Amino acid sequence: MLQALADGILTGAIIALGAIGLTLTMGILRFANFAHAELITWGAYMALAAVSLLGPLGGPIGPFSFGLPLILGTIAAMALTSVLALAIDGLVFRQLRGTSNHLTLVFASFGVSLLVRMLILLIFGGAATYYSNTLQIAIPVAPGLRLMPDQLFALGLAAVLVVALYLFLQHTRLGLSMRALAENPDLTRVNGVSTARVIRWTWIIGASLAAVAGVLYGLTVQLRPEVGFHLILPLFAAAILGGVGNIPGAVIGGMIVGLAESFAVFILPPGYKMAVPFLILLAVLYVRPTGLFAGTAGAAK
Amino acid sequence: MSGFGIYLVFFLIIALNYGIMVLGLNLQWGYTGLFNAGVVGFYAIGAYGTAILAGPDRAALIGGFGLPFPLAILGGMILCALAAIVVGLATLKLREEYLAIATFGIAITIQLVALNFESLTGGANGLVGLPRPFIDAFESTTSYNLFFLAVVACVTGLVYVALEAAVRSPWGRLLNAVREDEVAARSLGKNIALIRLQAFVLGCTLIGLSGGIYVAFIGFVSPLDFLPILTFQIWAMLIVGGSGNNAGALLGAIVVWALWTMSGLAISRFSPVGFQNQAGAIQTMLIGLLIVSMLIFRPRGLIGERATVSSHKERGAP
Amino acid sequence: MSDALLTVSGVVAGYRRDLPILHGISLEVHRGELVTIVGPNGAGKSTLIKAIAGLVPISEGRVELDGTDITSLATHKMGSASVAYVPQTDNVFTTLTIDENLRLGAAALPRSLAKDRIAQAYKRFPALRDHRDRKARVLSGGQRQLLAFARSLLTEPALLMLDEPSAGLSPAAVSEVFGHLTDLSKDGITILMVEQNVKAALAISDRTYVFAEGENRIDGPSGVLADDPDMKAIYFGGTKRSTHAASAG
Repeated sequence: MLQALADGILTGAIIALGAIGLTLTMGILRFANFAHAELITWGAYMALAAVSLLGPLGGPIGPFSFGLPLILGTIAAMALTSVLALAIDGLVFRQLRGTSNHLTLVFASFGVSLLVRMLILLIFGGAATYYSNTLQIAIPVAPGLRLMPDQLFALGLAAVLVVALYLFLQHTRLGLSMRALAENPDLTRVNGVSTARVIRWTWIIGASLAAVAGVLYGLTVQLRPEVGFHLILPLFAAAILGGVGNIPGAVIGGMIVGLAESFAVFILPPGYKMAVPFLILLAVLYVRPTGLFAGTAGAAK
Repeated sequence: MSGFGIYLVFFLIIALNYGIMVLGLNLQWGYTGLFNAGVVGFYAIGAYGTAILAGPDRAALIGGFGLPFPLAILGGMILCALAAIVVGLATLKLREEYLAIATFGIAITIQLVALNFESLTGGANGLVGLPRPFIDAFESTTSYNLFFLAVVACVTGLVYVALEAAVRSPWGRLLNAVREDEVAARSLGKNIALIRLQAFVLGCTLIGLSGGIYVAFIGFVSPLDFLPILTFQIWAMLIVGGSGNNAGALLGAIVVWALWTMSGLAISRFSPVGFQNQAGAIQTMLIGLLIVSMLIFRPRGLIGERATVSSHKERGAP
Repeated sequence: MSDALLTVSGVVAGYRRDLPILHGISLEVHRGELVTIVGPNGAGKSTLIKAIAGLVPISEGRVELDGTDITSLATHKMGSASVAYVPQTDNVFTTLTIDENLRLGAAALPRSLAKDRIAQAYKRFPALRDHRDRKARVLSGGQRQLLAFARSLLTEPALLMLDEPSAGLSPAAVSEVFGHLTDLSKDGITILMVEQNVKAALAISDRTYVFAEGENRIDGPSGVLADDPDMKAIYFGGTKRSTHAASAG
């Protein structure tokens, strides 16, 4: 039971990091980006590429399975994922933003998700891989609960990033502009804020968090080209559960989805785990479509 | 009949059957502006529903009702409609993209059920050995396939004619009104959510019909026939042919399916041994590229919508 | 003529190029004036100030501020061009606190200047200071309007444009809001506003333009216009849309 709780929180933290970016783009750019989850896969594989280049820089640090190469690789992955996100925005979404209804953007993101997924498959192949083959010994944390050092690291890093993002949104001009843009784009422009710049930063932040989510997934589970595809539904469920545009909501939503997936094995056969986010989503849409916490971009039309 | 002729018959059966799906999707997206991201899920419901209802009684499996195929397919379509109602009721009053997300979710869920609910779906093995309708009346596979092509062509034609009549009816003009200008449509005192639900459910039912016909043709169902790529392929067919145009939808089905099979042939012939995985990825990327580039460069498709460009597409620029 | 701050000449504008709402509007606002635009529903009053603010595309004509062409300036650059605009509805960020609303309004200014200006705003509108850390959604309609004024004044604009500041307010709130407007005008701020509340608007403004069907029909000093028969014809004669007889005048 305790183990399921810990696993759920870990999965939830990874979902939360991805869902933050998704809820930001849904709130600010006002469309459901099916390609967001692919940024997670992309980030994970970019870090893998960096690790294979930087390998000689050092072995594992302390009890962890990774060392300096993965840390630098993660930073590189954040940058490269931001580049991909900005490229997609510039090549595809911006072309369609001015001239079409926002569902065309959803449609395009659907096509982009396929392109990115297949590009990764093409470059890296389809087999599951890991950052490191170092075997880790789970350490007993509490009676009935054993965790790998990497898992603790993942939780810690996710928590730090969530807090940092929250402070950024509350206390910087850019963060304030992002929150304003999510509520009312015209009024934000009227106040002299360049929305193009804010949108650019929204992509960079969302993509960077997605890259970290991908690395943490690769670190604690494994890397596969379908990682992102399987996360699409959990991310949407988390973002909608938390209220679209609501960052703390996305974090809590991610935790709920992660825990629900983890505890579902007590009720459902394990094969159905991936259906859990869908059931949560349907329940939210039926009962409380605005999410548990009010979002900025309302669900109702 | 020559090898090519035999293949052409087979190709047309599949392409025209996909055409039914594209017509269903066109009703949703082209005429009503509903984004169905789970086409393959409804196709699978139609196919599995048909297989379970038509299949022979087997000790290990639930179902096996041995119904005649037309009835079994009808049953599959009803199941599709029910699933569409569940998803539609949850989302059609909300922001448009919630339908996209929920339909995506139901496709994933159906795939899981197909793989895991072994006593109903046969799990990874699928359901095999289904009776093929009227097969005893034919001496060769070739003549049977020709017969089947005639049946599929008739059904596709009927669906086409019915949809053409529907979209020209007052109901069809209402769909367009909903898509073009919801405020105006609402001010006419119409229940928007109900109209959207009708179009969505009808479209999904047609997708289910296509699934049922597919099962009748190949005589088995397997989870491998219902991979997510199918959703992308059907969407590519619609956007290539031109959404909002039923003839375009059928044309798109044939063109894209021809491109897909030819690119598959070319890749399997020219790609070096050991690179089949990568070759498959390239083939799939073409579908993604087709969707994205059509949306950007030729959003009205090869034929395009008959009506003028949607007015709300020009409003609301950021 | 020479002291015209805002000059609008022959502006044709609308949300869609093929469906213009404004059919050649011309007007002038002089430095220090409080000018009101009135007119029946659908006359294009709000569209004009949105077009000036860059929110509705202008297809023909010219908008000049102090001799500088601002016809096709991007909305977010209007602030640095000294134009401020307060929309009729959704004119505050309800998910942000009052202080955050003001900080956003001053985001384009250097930090120390922003701080000073926000302090000044609190001095002018003490009611806002009392609630500074509360979300703007808790404010009443009148308080929201004041917050919107305060926010748009932070950049010390040469021209303040207001879209129906009295809409949806109680009579008491209207007189409070209009009282503040009179004060602002006395402080030398040039104001162009659209109003439905014709009586109250005429009472506080220097000059008034009357719009009908996307054209300006008559204009003049507010005191004179209040008794103008054409004005009465546009407003009170027959149905609101049958104004052609009046427009000849």
